[in-house]
Amino acid sequence: MTTNTNATAMSPDDDAALLIARTTPDDDVLARLHRRLEDAAQEQGLLDVAYSEVDTPVGRLLLAATEVGLVRVAYEREGFEEVLTKLATGIGPRVLRAPARLEFAARQIEEYFAGRRTSFDVALDRRLSHGFRGLVQRHLPDIAYGHTETYREVAIHVGNPGAVRAVGSACATNPLPVIVPCHRVLRADGSLGGYVGGPDAKATLLQLERAA
Amino acid sequence: MKQPFEQAVSRHGGTVLRVCRAVLGPGPDADDAWSETFLAALREWPDLPEDTNVQAWLVRVAHRKAIDVTRSRARHAIPTGAVPDRASTIGVPGGTDPDVWSAVAALPERQRLAVAYHYLGGLAHTQTAELIGGTPAAVRRAAADGLQSLRRNPHLIGLAEEGHHR
Repeated sequence: MTTNTNATAMSPDDDAALLIARTTPDDDVLARLHRRLEDAAQEQGLLDVAYSEVDTPVGRLLLAATEVGLVRVAYEREGFEEVLTKLATGIGPRVLRAPARLEFAARQIEEYFAGRRTSFDVALDRRLSHGFRGLVQRHLPDIAYGHTETYREVAIHVGNPGAVRAVGSACATNPLPVIVPCHRVLRADGSLGGYVGGPDAKATLLQLERAA
Repeated sequence: MKQPFEQAVSRHGGTVLRVCRAVLGPGPDADDAWSETFLAALREWPDLPEDTNVQAWLVRVAHRKAIDVTRSRARHAIPTGAVPDRASTIGVPGGTDPDVWSAVAALPERQRLAVAYHYLGGLAHTQTAELIGGTPAAVRRAAADGLQSLRRNPHLIGLAEEGHHR
């Protein structure tokens, strides 16, 4: 039998693996260095997109901002990795987790879900809202907290009564859900209709606003 | 590069810190080199070709930044005899072992750099040779010798035994 005769000899690969294991930095050290990088990048104007994540009653939300303002809010079901990749391609690849730029928006979202806030006062970067969809998305904040409109009413309000379906897709592709309240648009029969965050999230938001 | 930069930081941040610590010793200099590396990388990121091996690229940037830190340290004649106070990592699960770093620091420079860039940074011997000079064969030997002497180091005997019993 020749098996195991080398059991006491370490191969260079084993040694290297061991060395790597024993030199793996603590998470808190890397977290501290990351924060330092966030600060320096922000200071030197090197951040195309800063992002952060917040926990809410409708699940974890991704918040992303350019220097102009909040540019994207995403639900987890949209796939954060995918959303960030799209932002990197569409806006710029200098995308970094940097919660400082999102603190303001995150606090307002927290207040909203706590029932202490009925409108948002956050600078928005509307560059992901194009054409007719953009027109609809800009109208949505005019629907007051606790109120709803039907897809048809929205179509009328933006001056294109026949474009009910297009209003539907404008709501479905809203880059700033929750902040830009596409959840306040319902079907004519009062049923919820679709929602980027899923029907449960839409129901939760409407319930929250109705209770207030 | 069209990928979010955060991916580069989260995937390779640990590797870059290992390399900086092996080259400069663990402490503020290594931290500075890490920060300078990722800041420079962030600046160059949009112009980086899509097919770049990001880890190898970052290790090369780290090499440049470590040289910068070494030079500015020499210029400013900062005393290096006293080790600055640092939070202890002893007893922290997954914490790095300070003995490993002192063993790495005790290696002759070429062996230390070859170990840092090849074994810790993942560069091929040819790439390491481009950074630190010499032939790939000589660099390969230096890396192997460095690893050998780390194995023989009394600080690391316990580690090797731990490895046997996996």
